[in-house]
Amino acid sequence: MNFDDTPQEAAFRETARKWITANAPKEFEQELSKSSLGRIRLAKHDMVEVGKAWQKKKAEGGWACLHWPKEYGGRGATPIERVIWQQEEGVYGKLTQPFQIGEGMCGPTVMAWGTEDAKRRYLPKLASGEEIWCQLFSEPSAGSDVAGLRTRAEKKGDVWVVDGQKIWTSGAHYSDYGLLIARTDPNVPKHKGLTMFFLDMKSPGVEVRPIKQANGMQEFNEVYFTDVVIPDSQRLGAVGEGWSVSLTTLMNERMSIGARLATGVPEMFEFCSNLTLEDGLAIDDPAVRSKLASWAVKSSGLKYTSYRAISALSKGERPGPENSIGKLVSGMMLQDIATYAMDLQGAAGVLTGSDEETVHGQFQQMLLSSPSMRIAGGTDEILRNIIAERVLGLPGDIRVDKDVPYNKIPTKGR
Amino acid sequence: MNFDFSDDQKQLRDQARKFLTEKCSPKAVRVVLDGKTPYDKELWKGLAEMGFLGVAIPEEFGGAGAGHLELCVIAEEMGRANAPVPFSSTVYLAAEALLIAGSDAQKKKWLPAIASGEAIGTLALFEGKGNPAPKNVKLTAANGVLNGVKKPVPDGAIADFAVVAARTGSSGRDGDISLFLVDLKAGGVEVKSLTNLDPTRGQAEITFKDAKAEPLGVAGEGWSILTEVLDRAAVLCAFEQVGGADRALEMGRDYALDRIAFGRQIGSFQAIKHMLADMYVSATLARSNSYYGAWALSTNAAELPEAAAAARISATQAFQHCAKNNIQVHGGMGFTWEFDCHMYYRRANAMALGLGSLTYWEDQLIDRMRKKNAA
Repeated sequence: MNFDDTPQEAAFRETARKWITANAPKEFEQELSKSSLGRIRLAKHDMVEVGKAWQKKKAEGGWACLHWPKEYGGRGATPIERVIWQQEEGVYGKLTQPFQIGEGMCGPTVMAWGTEDAKRRYLPKLASGEEIWCQLFSEPSAGSDVAGLRTRAEKKGDVWVVDGQKIWTSGAHYSDYGLLIARTDPNVPKHKGLTMFFLDMKSPGVEVRPIKQANGMQEFNEVYFTDVVIPDSQRLGAVGEGWSVSLTTLMNERMSIGARLATGVPEMFEFCSNLTLEDGLAIDDPAVRSKLASWAVKSSGLKYTSYRAISALSKGERPGPENSIGKLVSGMMLQDIATYAMDLQGAAGVLTGSDEETVHGQFQQMLLSSPSMRIAGGTDEILRNIIAERVLGLPGDIRVDKDVPYNKIPTKGR
Repeated sequence: MNFDFSDDQKQLRDQARKFLTEKCSPKAVRVVLDGKTPYDKELWKGLAEMGFLGVAIPEEFGGAGAGHLELCVIAEEMGRANAPVPFSSTVYLAAEALLIAGSDAQKKKWLPAIASGEAIGTLALFEGKGNPAPKNVKLTAANGVLNGVKKPVPDGAIADFAVVAARTGSSGRDGDISLFLVDLKAGGVEVKSLTNLDPTRGQAEITFKDAKAEPLGVAGEGWSILTEVLDRAAVLCAFEQVGGADRALEMGRDYALDRIAFGRQIGSFQAIKHMLADMYVSATLARSNSYYGAWALSTNAAELPEAAAAARISATQAFQHCAKNNIQVHGGMGFTWEFDCHMYYRRANAMALGLGSLTYWEDQLIDRMRKKNAA
């Protein structure tokens, strides 16, 4: 058990560090350092454009998607080398946000299920940030029960024609390609009638509409499909095999979401260290200390759980569903921390502007955004089901729709 | 980086699990629980023969000379088996205090006896309510003798010797505290067994009346030695707690698979599944924090104080959580003496207090994190 670099790892770190020092966009360092909790603030520049420039540079230097094979735009690096890179990339890693869904979910799915031609055509451009990908799974009537989705794909000659609606698609408005799961056979039980595709987001009939969210922001989209044509060559896996294909994506989703999780703990620690209450600093208050300590050990527990996963990965073991705990723990924690920070702010806690008393409203923003952390990428309840069933081996839910053809499943409760 | 135990260490864990499954069944634990004997003497002998008691004691003092990582994997199995022996008091507290501060002669006298199972040791720190703090140490040492009362002392009624925290000054500073070694079988020592939450590990009151004592470590450095002993013990106990938490989770899972109600396995109800999933989450976080503590302990890293506090808090919470909800999953049967659930519930809640309460360690963690942030 040790944290030291092997001589090989140390050499890798040195090379990475030198390259970053020579190439990173230092003009954004300060703004990026101040951006926290997954929200990037660049005053005068478009984040996607700045991100694309950095990603392109990395790709040219051989530092993009490092764990991918070289022929698909990666570096063939080990899992540990990838972690070393992330440590060295530091604040500039925040610029990779627009590419995370592609790199973490769509890319691995294409890699696992795509033809050799597709892999060589699409993966290097995904890795270099030239083409951004999004994921088209959730629907208004199919969230946790994503296999109940309604978007239809019908085979007409050599092509598929798609009609329907997706929702909660991050980055659809700036994406070039999308990974789409659709129903190709409504006459069989729901899991058996699905097929996976990828499509050009500029195809005729694709319409992207931003969603105004509960927190007032617009980060997600609805995507409408009207007679959208997809060539059969853009199908991933066999017809009717879409559910199995989607599991590759979802497992990678939990891994990649879990990897760079914000917990809110460093922000809360700093806030409590500087906040003066009636009887002195908040961090000297026993009640505050007790809560801070409980959050701190959850946060360190997640960090070392991910280190254990990386160690397992580097020995050739596959990441399992146990990685679901990252998002489950941090989502709830963010919400709790925000609520408590505002409680400590007292009356001023209600203000959401850039007031000094509230440290520019960062916890207020966190409070309003945190519900999505507990829903996106698998709700807390779905994650608990996954842990209970796939890790602990408890029985699956009794599913009343399991053997019922999809078109015979009721669609309304009353 | 390799954040895992080595294959050899994992093999040792398997070996310990096999040994304890055979020699420390719930039935054997119940002999002590029911008060028929103060501890499992056969098991203690067996642990000595396996080399487990002296695994972290250097060879020159009769131990196996392996190390703390090896001790961590054994500790996990001791917790899992709910072993009714004075392992934590003797090995984590007394032996570690000797290793940190003992003179060569003291080490030669006691460490081989610990490794061979001949001597049981303990740490006499607490004096009634309260947490570890210099001001709570009232027992005095002067002219080579101790006067005062310690309670609760873990395994105090069966111990042969104790490391005793005593007051040697009145400046109000940490330097007022010194440590002493006392042969509990000698004169001036009166031992009384106390009933406690977890009868599988005894607690005692020890009264010292002009009891002969020899200094352990430099006079006035008692508190800093104790702090290190408690940090080391916090990591080792965390592994016991992790082992106990895992076992409680397993018991709950197994029962949920077995028990039928409303015509189906109760483990198919989400209310039960989610409760077990949450137990798994806290047990996993505790394990990961404990691994970090093990790394810090085994490398004598500067991070030990913070890592030990984090492991302690996380493992205490996890064991309490899993032991409590294990009973809940079992329903009424979980509240019978006959089912083993209460043994883990008792152990979890007793261990939560042994080295200082949860609140105490939360307080310590925040202090230590601030110190690090300031540095």
